[in-house]
Amino acid sequence: MKELLLVEAVNDALHVEMERDPAVMVMGQDVGLLGGVFRATAGLQDRYGADRCVDTPLAEAGILGTAVGLCMAGWKPVCEMQYDAFSYPALDQLINHVGRYRWRTRGKMSFPLAIRMPYGGSVRAPELHDDSPETYYVHTPGVKVAIPSTPADAKGLIAAAIRDPDPVVIFEPKLIYRLARGEVPEGEHIVPLGKARIAREGSDVTIIAYGAMVGVAERAAEALESEASCEVVDLRSLKPLDEDGLLSSIAKTGRAIVVQEAPRVCGFAAEVVAVLAERAIFDLRAPVLRVTGYDVPYPYWQLEDAYVPSEARVVDAVRRVLAA
Amino acid sequence: MSRVLPAEGGLRRVIGDGDALPDGEVEGLGRDQLLALYRNLVLLRTYDERSVIYHRQGRIGTYAIFWNHEAMQAGSVSALEERDWIFPSYRESAIGLLRGMPASTVLSWWRGHPAGWWNPQDYGVASICVPIATHVPHAVGFAWGARLKGEDRVAIAYFGDGATSEGAFHEGATFAGVMKAPAILFCNNNQWAISTPVSAQTAAPTLADKAIGYGMPGVRVDGGDVLAVYEATREAVERARAGEGPTLIEAVSYRAAPHATADDPSIYIDEERVQEERENECVGRYERYLERAGVLSAAEAEEIRIDALAVMREGIASAEAEPPADVSLVFDHAYANPPPPLATDLDELRRILG
Repeated sequence: MKELLLVEAVNDALHVEMERDPAVMVMGQDVGLLGGVFRATAGLQDRYGADRCVDTPLAEAGILGTAVGLCMAGWKPVCEMQYDAFSYPALDQLINHVGRYRWRTRGKMSFPLAIRMPYGGSVRAPELHDDSPETYYVHTPGVKVAIPSTPADAKGLIAAAIRDPDPVVIFEPKLIYRLARGEVPEGEHIVPLGKARIAREGSDVTIIAYGAMVGVAERAAEALESEASCEVVDLRSLKPLDEDGLLSSIAKTGRAIVVQEAPRVCGFAAEVVAVLAERAIFDLRAPVLRVTGYDVPYPYWQLEDAYVPSEARVVDAVRRVLAA
Repeated sequence: MSRVLPAEGGLRRVIGDGDALPDGEVEGLGRDQLLALYRNLVLLRTYDERSVIYHRQGRIGTYAIFWNHEAMQAGSVSALEERDWIFPSYRESAIGLLRGMPASTVLSWWRGHPAGWWNPQDYGVASICVPIATHVPHAVGFAWGARLKGEDRVAIAYFGDGATSEGAFHEGATFAGVMKAPAILFCNNNQWAISTPVSAQTAAPTLADKAIGYGMPGVRVDGGDVLAVYEATREAVERARAGEGPTLIEAVSYRAAPHATADDPSIYIDEERVQEERENECVGRYERYLERAGVLSAAEAEEIRIDALAVMREGIASAEAEPPADVSLVFDHAYANPPPPLATDLDELRRILG
């Protein structure tokens, strides 16, 4: 074990997986010489050469589109999208091809690519550096999605994504790239997709979150310590979703809050609520509430603290379900 | 004659007009290869003409007609080796036949039956691209990736004139140039994107002119001249194999049939020009060339046509004999490791269907 920042754990995962498998390559804007705008890919080009850590043209659809062809030629590309909101040009490739191609070949060809991107707000950045676009990706058939909230999970989920024969998208909470620090296993480390993590045990209410919202949920749970025993579930993997993990927590607490940074309508929290309605309704003692971003464009950063779900909003929601 | 394309002149040709323009020759093409090319042209033509009939008979669904595009397809594929990969659009739906794919597979695809799948690795033919131009980066990525692995493979992507307006074409071509990918971007410029003429597609004098922006040569060729297409593609393949990077080929023709079986071009097209094209269509042009060269007799031509018809009869019979697909194919193969709810969904569907 060594102590790493979340972004260092991402970097560690890429080093370990590229070392382990010569078919793994990293591609994206500024990932090579610079080592990525967040330094997530630092040192890879030095170590593995410019053919395996490729500085690409500034063209997201081109990055993901050529990655499809690279898969067909036997590579396992790890594509970096420099920022959340800049990934949208690549959605055409993702939806029309990445998620469909394996199916079109009756599973004879795999498209084991991974997409990594920093996401989320609260970083005092200009417009369109703050989006939480995970729902677009989760909604795409054939594509899996994971979001770490700790350095160890960042390393383990990225390794799992790279090794998975299906395309996997990893959203990395950029706010905590250099705020989250923790013990990370050295060498090969895998966190399997589809397994949630109990970030904090509790018995009165379950706060379900992922990415940077896990920390918000944990702080809210701490603030409520004298009033209620809050369990915090870190989903880690949005697809596949650990439904059984969620159900066993709800069976214990009977109350749930779902926290997401993305806008509310049809966001991932709505999916979680639907699963609870379908499978846990008789365990529930109160309505399930969502604490989310609002259905407006992400604001200028002087107002972003009012937009991003805060500890105070989560505390308020917990109090409301406890009073229900 | 209407001139939709700003610059239709100066196209590279090999086949003469049997009159003032003399026939040329392609170096290295012997009698067998010339006949093989003819056989491929006839196979594609027969596929296309039979498909329109099958559609009218309700035996296949909506179908994208490629009548008079056969020279572009057969000419270019003949310049490739088996190890090279083809990335077709829907306009080249039957191009796999030139690589030994059964006609029933492609017919099944147009019948919307899951039997219309194939493993691209078996034929070096990628799945048909239905959105416009989004397969251009696939071909480029494949070519680039093969070169990185030290393999000598070229990839060719087929797309129409309208596709050159798409961002995916631009990004694919950009990557091709930057990565020096051994790729051929083959534009079948039939001058129409459904009802939109190429003059509304670009202000560039020619589509080949776009190549300069990507740092690759742009070559213009008569798309109805199978030998000119062959020769231009062969040169592009040689460049690619020599490590000199990609080429954009603009093969110019004129769409002499509807965009698809659901289209009514009489609303927008110049019927006089269509008639002119139909009289000068690519299979007949090549047939007359071979006759003038003494390579093809009427009897041989007839035999080749009969063979092609037999392929189609067998193909449609085999496609129609496919049993109804099991509903498990709705779910199968979408993931290597499917999320658990898919199994529950299939169980529930089976229970309801009884």
